[in-house]
Amino acid sequence: MSIFLDRASRVVVQGITGRMAQFHTKDMLEYGTNVVAGVVPGKGGETVFGVPVFNTMKEAVAATGCDTSLVFVPPPFAADSIMEAADSGIRYCVCITDGIPAQDMIRVKRYMMRYPRERRMVLTGPNCAGTISPGKALLGIMPGHIYLAGNVGIVSRSGTLGYEAAQQLKDRGIGVSTSVGIGGDPINGSSFRDILERFEADPDTHIVCMIGEIGGPQEAEAAEYIQNHMTKPVIAYIAGLTAPKGRTMGHAGAIISAFGESASEKVEILTAAGVTVAENPSVIGETVARVMAKRAA
Amino acid sequence: MDIHEYQAKEILAKFGVAVPAGALAYSPEQAAYRARELGGNRWIVKAQVHAGGRGKAGGVKLCNSEHEIQDATNGMFGRKLVTHQTGPEGKGIYRVYVESAVDFGREIYLGFVLDRTSQRVMIVASSEGGMEIEEISEKRPESIVRSTVEPAVGLQEFQAREIAYALGIPAALTQQMVRTLQGCYRAFRDLDATMVEINPLVITADNRILALDAKMTFDGNALFRHPQIAELRDKSQEDPRESRAADRGLAYIGLSGNIGCIVNGAGLAMATMDTIKLAGGEPANFLDIGGGATPERVAKAFRLVMSDKNVQAVLVNIFAGINRCDWVAEGVVQALKAEPVDVPVIVRLSGTNVEEGQKILAQSGLPIIRANTLMEAAERAVTAWQNDRKQNAKMRAVQ
Repeated sequence: MSIFLDRASRVVVQGITGRMAQFHTKDMLEYGTNVVAGVVPGKGGETVFGVPVFNTMKEAVAATGCDTSLVFVPPPFAADSIMEAADSGIRYCVCITDGIPAQDMIRVKRYMMRYPRERRMVLTGPNCAGTISPGKALLGIMPGHIYLAGNVGIVSRSGTLGYEAAQQLKDRGIGVSTSVGIGGDPINGSSFRDILERFEADPDTHIVCMIGEIGGPQEAEAAEYIQNHMTKPVIAYIAGLTAPKGRTMGHAGAIISAFGESASEKVEILTAAGVTVAENPSVIGETVARVMAKRAA
Repeated sequence: MDIHEYQAKEILAKFGVAVPAGALAYSPEQAAYRARELGGNRWIVKAQVHAGGRGKAGGVKLCNSEHEIQDATNGMFGRKLVTHQTGPEGKGIYRVYVESAVDFGREIYLGFVLDRTSQRVMIVASSEGGMEIEEISEKRPESIVRSTVEPAVGLQEFQAREIAYALGIPAALTQQMVRTLQGCYRAFRDLDATMVEINPLVITADNRILALDAKMTFDGNALFRHPQIAELRDKSQEDPRESRAADRGLAYIGLSGNIGCIVNGAGLAMATMDTIKLAGGEPANFLDIGGGATPERVAKAFRLVMSDKNVQAVLVNIFAGINRCDWVAEGVVQALKAEPVDVPVIVRLSGTNVEEGQKILAQSGLPIIRANTLMEAAERAVTAWQNDRKQNAKMRAVQ
């Protein structure tokens, strides 16, 4: 098993005719992802790498039974696309787009709440690299070949730091159940805690590697959850120890504006919750391996 | 994106928030002239810089005559104002706002922020205005009132009334307070602000509610739909290197260390800075060149990093996933051959085709120092920087 995504997932790419979307659609198809549809208003009837394009999400769902969506739509229109996905009955949506206005995301999250829990779409991102269940399916822009299939769950705000972790694990022969990018924006679809809950319930995930950074309350929320509800070990790395206060470090959400939002405070909070924190990004793989070995012994 | 106080006041006034009469000036003469236009005999002159703490730093002066205004503003124009928010380099004063002074009693703090826990707009208010919010939450936390806004329907009157009562606003002024709160919220929502702060909001001697200071910050990601806000950008208030980088689509933040960084991805860029520090060095900058590490972007990045005269070594850290390491290596070699740099360059590549990438760097004939892990790269950068410094010191001693 894995979380969110597997061989059975039927994927629709929103904005599939864009240059970046085409590039990554090809990559996903080559990886074995079951891409069954694309949606671009006004381009219905076209095909991209043999994938049929529809004008609306409802048409795509009716014609192909797609249940998983990847949003590649430019920032001004991305919120609308996510809401269209939520309304069409999509179960899981990943939004790659970087640069969506924060208040658009507030409205998106409010809109998603109009559906009862059992019909409510799960969103991860925006401004993320996507989600991959190695050997099963890839939904996003990450290089699939750096992930081995295995039992480590990865959840990361940063894309490239998530790649670092996967590569270091692969170099040690350690594989990944699912890797989820929750993205670098201040208002995001799912938090660390949301993803940790899924990993805790997933029998194929034995240990979780969580990669956070400065800004926002989600690492502290995760610490509280880990301490009180998680049975599986969690190792963490937090980026931004040298980041100055009050400055936005690339990611719109990477800004220290309140107590508990700096990297050192987050490291302290996580350590107190029983999380093993890797001191530097070069030892993420090593730290996971050590904790796994200890658990096996 | 930040704007000036006078601009924030103009915007808020359009949304029904009462502000004192005021006028902008670009010179001491103009300041005196605008004061006469405003009338009265007591004015406040306020340096317009993108930073708080202006009062304590000498950027706000009470004047009783046009002469005093000219003297006070003479000492402001062209100077750098250093407040606790500007850093030691300060921010240049090129505009001054002249306002009619008002007599007031109570001072209230009013802030609207994007709250990341509730993922909604939150109102933060306190009866202890005049102090900064950090100070209020330390000294008088019980005075703080919070209320979150339901995004589908906006700020409701009952919420605004609750805040007014909690702050102890006199009954006769409740409606005015409600109008002020709703005006701020509508400005926040309609213009995609990320912060609106009025500190202080005062009750005047003649029983009016007035915004004596105002600060607004806007969501850079939403400027595409607010051209009138985008026009308010004032580059004189930005670090010139950061403005230049932003205009070229690179996320750059200047710091005070000596080891320049060129990295793809914001998280990895922060991690690179942290690792340099762990290895005993200090990063000179944050720089995320984005997903596609094309030769042009690498070249641009080198130019930008080297424009900082404190840089004595450069660490390039690229994770090439979709783009292969050999291709990134070619880019680095091309950039350095076209524009050689006179400091040690350390390159660490990871991801697809690492071996080929390393080979290209090794065979380039350039003195590139290679590393396998980020820790190794940081250690080599610190060593190279220290050796370089020693050598330079020796050379100076010989001369």
